[in-house]
Amino acid sequence: MAIIKLDNVSYYYKAYNDDGTVGTAMGVEGVTLDIEQGSFVALVGHNGCGKSTLAKLLNGLLVPASGTVTVNGLDTSVKDNIFEIRKNVGMVFQNPDNQMVASIVEEDVAFGPENLGVAQPEIVERVYGALEQVGMSEYAKRSPHRLSGGQKQRIAIAGALAIRPQVLVLDESTAMLDPLGRREVLQVAHQLNAEGLTVVLITHFMEEVLDCDKVVVMNGGHVVKTGTPNEIFNDEQLLNDVGLKAPRAVALAKKLADAGFAVTANCADARMLGGEVCRNLTKK
Amino acid sequence: MLRDVTFGQYYPGNSFVHKMDARVKLVLVLLYMVGIFFIVSFVGFAFITVFLMTVILVSRVPLKSILKSIKGIIFLLVLTALLNVFFNKGESDPLVSLKITERWSIEIYKEGLIFAAKMLLRLTYLVIGSSILTLTTTPVDLTHAVESLLKPLRIIRFPVHEFALIMSLTLSFIPSLIEETDRIIRAQKARGADFDTGGLIKRAKAFVPILIPLLVGGFRRAEELANAMNSRCYEGATKRTQMRVMKLGWRDAVGLIFVLLFFATIFVVYGMKDAWGAISWLDWLYF
Repeated sequence: MAIIKLDNVSYYYKAYNDDGTVGTAMGVEGVTLDIEQGSFVALVGHNGCGKSTLAKLLNGLLVPASGTVTVNGLDTSVKDNIFEIRKNVGMVFQNPDNQMVASIVEEDVAFGPENLGVAQPEIVERVYGALEQVGMSEYAKRSPHRLSGGQKQRIAIAGALAIRPQVLVLDESTAMLDPLGRREVLQVAHQLNAEGLTVVLITHFMEEVLDCDKVVVMNGGHVVKTGTPNEIFNDEQLLNDVGLKAPRAVALAKKLADAGFAVTANCADARMLGGEVCRNLTKK
Repeated sequence: MLRDVTFGQYYPGNSFVHKMDARVKLVLVLLYMVGIFFIVSFVGFAFITVFLMTVILVSRVPLKSILKSIKGIIFLLVLTALLNVFFNKGESDPLVSLKITERWSIEIYKEGLIFAAKMLLRLTYLVIGSSILTLTTTPVDLTHAVESLLKPLRIIRFPVHEFALIMSLTLSFIPSLIEETDRIIRAQKARGADFDTGGLIKRAKAFVPILIPLLVGGFRRAEELANAMNSRCYEGATKRTQMRVMKLGWRDAVGLIFVLLFFATIFVVYGMKDAWGAISWLDWLYF
């Protein structure tokens, strides 16, 4: 069942022309997309391809100029639905520092449930539950700005989880992190997905889409291809056109296969590729 | 280099004073600040000294940290004292009289010295008293205390919740703003900006290339923050609940009674000045 449905959605930004008149700049155009309940969907594309605009359309931060976005059947363009929609679609942004509302970790996580008007004992339960889920319980009383980028983003994820959403949208949440922090955040995202949460991961790191159920490739405001990670990685023409590269392990596997080694070309990561190579060596 | 603003001056501890409710502490400090202006005699100041020492001992904050807070206003203290020494005239003959011109001379009176000394004590004790509050209470707790104490103002539609939210957001954004300022300064220095030479005006002008990016960055941050808050279902104060519960405990009762008794004594003593001042063996109370 699709939890979020986008039907022919377009959004345009206001832009100022050189002569000072107001024009429009395309954000996204004609996007039709279903996000299935419980799935892990990756939205990839180059800078300015409209993926962040699309993210903001998912919880009603932006309302489409044409077409409809529905969450659990609720239209985001109806003002009265917004609260209910945001309760179901949690969002974490790129810069961890710019989404902290309090200077103590537990109070920051509590911000969402406080807004919902949840009773005090349940807020505490939700906050500590959410911190537990992202593995940050021991930092509850600390101040967030002393933590690492990955830890801050996990706090931000906990902040979204405390609202108990059905969908978690990570809007380039790994873009500002070091490799270690990126791995932390991805691990948490996958673990939450395994627990039943629908995850929409927006990124331009192709390594991050390896374990996704579905990859949506965007370019110039349009969805250019939707498929499994392997389908996307194997479509060299497409990757070239949109300026993305397959993960290194995948590219290497392909080269080995081209050179006549019996390596399946859809090796997802370095460890899988290593296994394949070893198997090949022992055979000879 | 970056000081942790979350904890400000806070001196971590587990003492009686640390554990008191921030609201009670805030009210008591306000009361103390008003009370100290009613003290006009050295005997009164001696009492206050004993009172402050007791509180400091109970709070287990080292005297050094408390004295540090006075360092910041030492210039103000000296200036106030000097002005009072020179501009107070007494009834008796001046202790020092220095003629500068026919019509203008510097005269120092005994009363001026006494007045200046009292003013110095009063200001110093004012700062010490309030620093005990900030040393034993985190800014976060203070924010909550202010929000809670201002709640009655909702009746006149004062936006108490928004006010507290602004305070709390400011607190959480200071560290990242300091970091950003630091980064911009380094970036501008790398481009050859010069902040350390030239006159006052030239130096002030050199800060424009720091302020503008900081301001622009501030707006960008504000927008991102607004998006993040909206995404987390923020809709103003209407039906919000709060995680933090502030409960009054026995410590608050004890603290409250102790301070109130102390000031009640002082007010009684000064209220009785006319009656008791006439009694010669009670003179010392009013010196």
